[in-house]
Amino acid sequence: MQIIDSDVVIIGGGGAGLRAAIAVAETAPDLKVNMISKVYPVRSHTVSAEGGIAGVVKEDDSFESHCFDTIRGSDYLADQDAVEFFVEDAPKRIYELEEWGCPWSRFEDGTIAVRAFGGMSVKRTVYAADKTGFYMLSALWERSLKYPQIKNYDEWHVTRLFRVGEKMAGLYAINLKNGEHAVFRAKAFVLSTGGACRIFSFNTNGNIKTGDGMALAYNIGASLKDMEFVQFHPTGLPHTGILITEGARGEGGYLLNNKGERFMKEYLPAKMELGPRDIVSRSIVSEIKAGRAFKGPYGSYVHLDIRHLGEKKIMERLPLVREVALEFAHIDPVHEPIPVMPVAHYYMGGVHTDKETATNVSGLYAAGEVACVTINGSNRLGSNSLAECLVFGNAAGVQASRFAQETALQTVSEAEVRDEERRITQLYERNGAENLSKVRESMQRTMHELVGIERNEKELEAALDAILKLQERWKRIGLQDKSKTFNTEFTSLLELENMLVVSEACVRSALAREESRGSHTRSDFPARDDKNFLKHLLVERGADGMILKDHPVTITKWQPQERKY
Amino acid sequence: MATTRKKILVQRYVEGMEKPELQEFELEATAEMTVLDALNAIKDTQDGSLTFRWSCRMALCGSCSAVVNGKPVLMCETSLKKLPDTVRVEPLRNFPIIKDLVVDIDDAFEKMRSVNPYLDRMEARVENKHLQSPAQRKRIAQSSQCIKCMICYSACPVYKVGENFMGPAAGALAYRYIAESRNKKKRRQLNAATGKKGVWGCSFVGECSTACPKRVDPAMALQRLKVMGALNLPKRLLDKE
Ligand SMILES: Cc1cc2nc3c(=O)[nH]c(=O)nc-3n(C[C@H](O)[C@H](O)[C@H](O)COP(=O)(O)OP(=O)(O)OC[C@H]3O[C@@H](n4cnc5c(N)ncnc54)[C@H](O)[C@@H]3O)c2cc1C
Ligand code: SF4
Ligand code: FES
Repeated sequence: MQIIDSDVVIIGGGGAGLRAAIAVAETAPDLKVNMISKVYPVRSHTVSAEGGIAGVVKEDDSFESHCFDTIRGSDYLADQDAVEFFVEDAPKRIYELEEWGCPWSRFEDGTIAVRAFGGMSVKRTVYAADKTGFYMLSALWERSLKYPQIKNYDEWHVTRLFRVGEKMAGLYAINLKNGEHAVFRAKAFVLSTGGACRIFSFNTNGNIKTGDGMALAYNIGASLKDMEFVQFHPTGLPHTGILITEGARGEGGYLLNNKGERFMKEYLPAKMELGPRDIVSRSIVSEIKAGRAFKGPYGSYVHLDIRHLGEKKIMERLPLVREVALEFAHIDPVHEPIPVMPVAHYYMGGVHTDKETATNVSGLYAAGEVACVTINGSNRLGSNSLAECLVFGNAAGVQASRFAQETALQTVSEAEVRDEERRITQLYERNGAENLSKVRESMQRTMHELVGIERNEKELEAALDAILKLQERWKRIGLQDKSKTFNTEFTSLLELENMLVVSEACVRSALAREESRGSHTRSDFPARDDKNFLKHLLVERGADGMILKDHPVTITKWQPQERKY
Repeated sequence: MATTRKKILVQRYVEGMEKPELQEFELEATAEMTVLDALNAIKDTQDGSLTFRWSCRMALCGSCSAVVNGKPVLMCETSLKKLPDTVRVEPLRNFPIIKDLVVDIDDAFEKMRSVNPYLDRMEARVENKHLQSPAQRKRIAQSSQCIKCMICYSACPVYKVGENFMGPAAGALAYRYIAESRNKKKRRQLNAATGKKGVWGCSFVGECSTACPKRVDPAMALQRLKVMGALNLPKRLLDKE
C-alpha cells in the first residue's frame, strides 16, 4: 500500500478547498499541501454559481445591515458570532480575489459593481456577469498554481477517513485513472467536499454533489448539524432543474402566475420577487395549489419574465440566463417568459464546526457547503455561500496550518487500512440482484415527494421507512463494471451509500423539528416555536445508529423577533 | 411522451483490449434529450460499464467533451433531436484513451500551468484600489471564458501530447493575463508563451476557435501572442500599464 505524507491534506478542490490550500501556502510556506479531488478542481460545482457573492463593499452599506439581513434570513437560527466574523471578513476576501485577477463586473467609474439579491436590504452582491462562480473558481485555481508546495491529486476519490484516538490521522483514496489505492497521512485536514442536493430527484446540483464529506466525517464520529434544512431555489427549469439565477429577479425580473399577475404581491408586497428564497418558493407552491400555475409534462410551473429588461441589458448582465434558457428550455427570454419551478439547491446543514471551522474531531476542519458553521441557519441568503467559501475556506487553511505546526504525523492503524482495502475489493466484486440506478432513483423520488418544501409527520415517517429499506437494498447492488480503471459505476455506488446516510440524517432531523422555520415547513406545525426549537439539532453516530442531540444557538445582539419584511 | 428510436454508436476501450471498438446501443429518445442524457440512460439501463466524465450538465464545468458525429462538442449541450438517427460518440482526439470516452488530458493542464496564469499580489489588501474600467474588462472578456474542456486541443491539427507546442487554450490563458490591465508583470506570461514551448507550432488553421463552445477564440490569442513575441517588445513598454 502506497503511503503519501504531507503536512496538510485538503479534501475537495472547489471554492472552499482552493481558498484553504492557498491560505496554507501563504501563511506557512514551508508546509506541504496535498489537495485531493474526485474531479479536476476547475470542474467543481462552484463553477456553476451564477448570481454573485455578498460583501459590504459600498459606502451606503454597513456590517450591521449585512449581519441583520443574514440573521433575519436564517430565521434566527444562525450563530450570530459566526455571522459577525463572516460579514467583517467577506469584503477582504472579495478584494483579495480582485487582486488575484478575478474579473468582477464594474461600474463606469471602475469600481466593483454590485446588484440586488433576495433578502439583502441594499445592493451588496458583487458579481462577474452571471458566471460569478466560474470566474471565482478559475481565479482561485490559477492562483493556486503559483505555489509549488500545493500538490494536486486530481481524480482521486476519498473512500474513508481514519482516526487515531481523538485525532484525524489519515484517509484512504483511489486514483481513478489507474485504480491504484493509497493512504494519505497528514497533521491536519480540511474537508471541503461541497453539498448534497443530489439526494433529491429535481435539483440544481452537479453529479458530484453527493454529500461524501458529510458521510465520511459522520462515520468517524464528527457531528452533523441542521441536517433538516435544505434550500429550494424558486427558479429552476422544469425537467432538468438547471438554475435560472436570482440575479434575473435582482435585475428586475417578474414572477407571474397563469393569470399574468405578479403573485408575490399577495405574499410579500414589501419585497415582491426579491424576498428570501424560502418564502418565494413557498409562495410558488401556494400558487400551484390554488390552480394558478401552468401545467407542463414535468409538473406545474410559473413564469419568470425578464422581457421588459430589453435585449441589451439581458446580454450585458444576464448572458448565461439567455444561453441556458435557449439551450436547455428552447426559449429565448428576450421574447418569451421562462417556465420555472422550485428546485433543491443548497444544503444548509452539514458537518458541525465552531466559528473557527474546527469539527469535533481534532485536526479535522471543514469549510464550504459541506460544513455547518452556521451563518445560514434555516435559510441561506443567496450570494452568501460563495462568500462563505472564501471566508471559512481561508479560516480553515489558517487553522489547519497552525495545527499542523504544533503536531506530529500519526501512524494509521494497519488493521483499519486492511479493512478498507478488503471492503473496496468486495464491493468491486459484488454480484447482486439490485440495480444501482433504480435504488438511486427511488431515494431521490422519496426525498423529493416526502421530504420536500412542505413536510408532515406521516410523510416523514414513510420517508424514514423507505430510506432504511433502501439502505438494505444498497447492500444487494451488483456491479457490471469489473475493471479497476476509471470505474464510475463503482464510485457511484460509494456516492449512493453516502447519499443514503445524508438522507437518513435529513429525515430524522426533520421529524424531530416540530415547528416551521426557514426552509423547513411542517404543515402539522405551521408556526415557529422559539420556546422549544430555538436550537440546532446534531446528528451523531451511536452504537445502534443515529443519535440526535440539542445544541444551543449563539445570540449576540439580535434578539429573535417575528420575521417580517 | 413522443419518442424517436436512435442508434447510438459508442467507441469502447478498456485496458487489455487491442484497440478501441464501436458498440451499438438502441434508445427511445425524448425530444429534450441531450447526448449526455442518452449515455446516462444507457449506463443506467443497458450497460453499467459505459464510462464518460460529466458533472454540471449545464455546459460550464468542461467535463463532458467528446467527438459526436465527427465534431468535438460538450455532450450536455448537444441535443439528440438535431442529430441524425444514428449518432456516433468517440473520445476527444489527440489524447491517450484511458477508458471508453475518458482521455488523459494532464498534458494540456500542464501546458496551462506552464504559462504562470496568475497575478502577483499587488498592493494593500483591504481596499478597492484596482480600478478597472468596463472597457478594460472587456479586453479580457473573451479569453477569460475558457472552461478547460480541451475541445480545442482535440480540433487542433498541430498539438501533440509531450511536444513543445502549448496548444490553443494555454495560449488563450496566457493572453488573458497579458491583456489584463491590472497585471504589472506581463513578462512572466509573455516569456512562457513565446518561449520554445510556446505558440510557435501554431499554423493558424483556426479549427480551435471554430470548435470552442465558449467563443474564447484561442486562434486569435495565439496570433496576437506571435506578433508580440516577434516584435519582442522591450520590457519597459510592456510593463508600462
Ligand atoms: C447552480 C448553482 C448556482 C449557485 N449560485 C450561487 C450564487 O450565485 N452565489 C452564491 O453565493 N452561491 C451560489 N451557489 C452555491 C455555491 O455555489 C456553493 O455552495 C459553493 O460553490 C460550494 O463550494 P464548495 O467549495 O463547498 O464545494 P464544490 O465546489 O462543490 O467542491 C467540492 C469539491 O470536493 C471534491 N470532492 C467531493 N467528494 C469527494 C470525494 N469523495 N473524494 C475526493 N474529492 C471529493 C470535488 O471533487 C470538488 O472539488 C450556487 C449553487 C448552484 C448549484
Ligand atoms: S479555449 Fe474553448 S475549446 Fe479550448 S479549452 Fe477553453 S473553452 Fe474549451
Ligand atoms: S457536464 Fe459540465 S460541461 Fe457538460
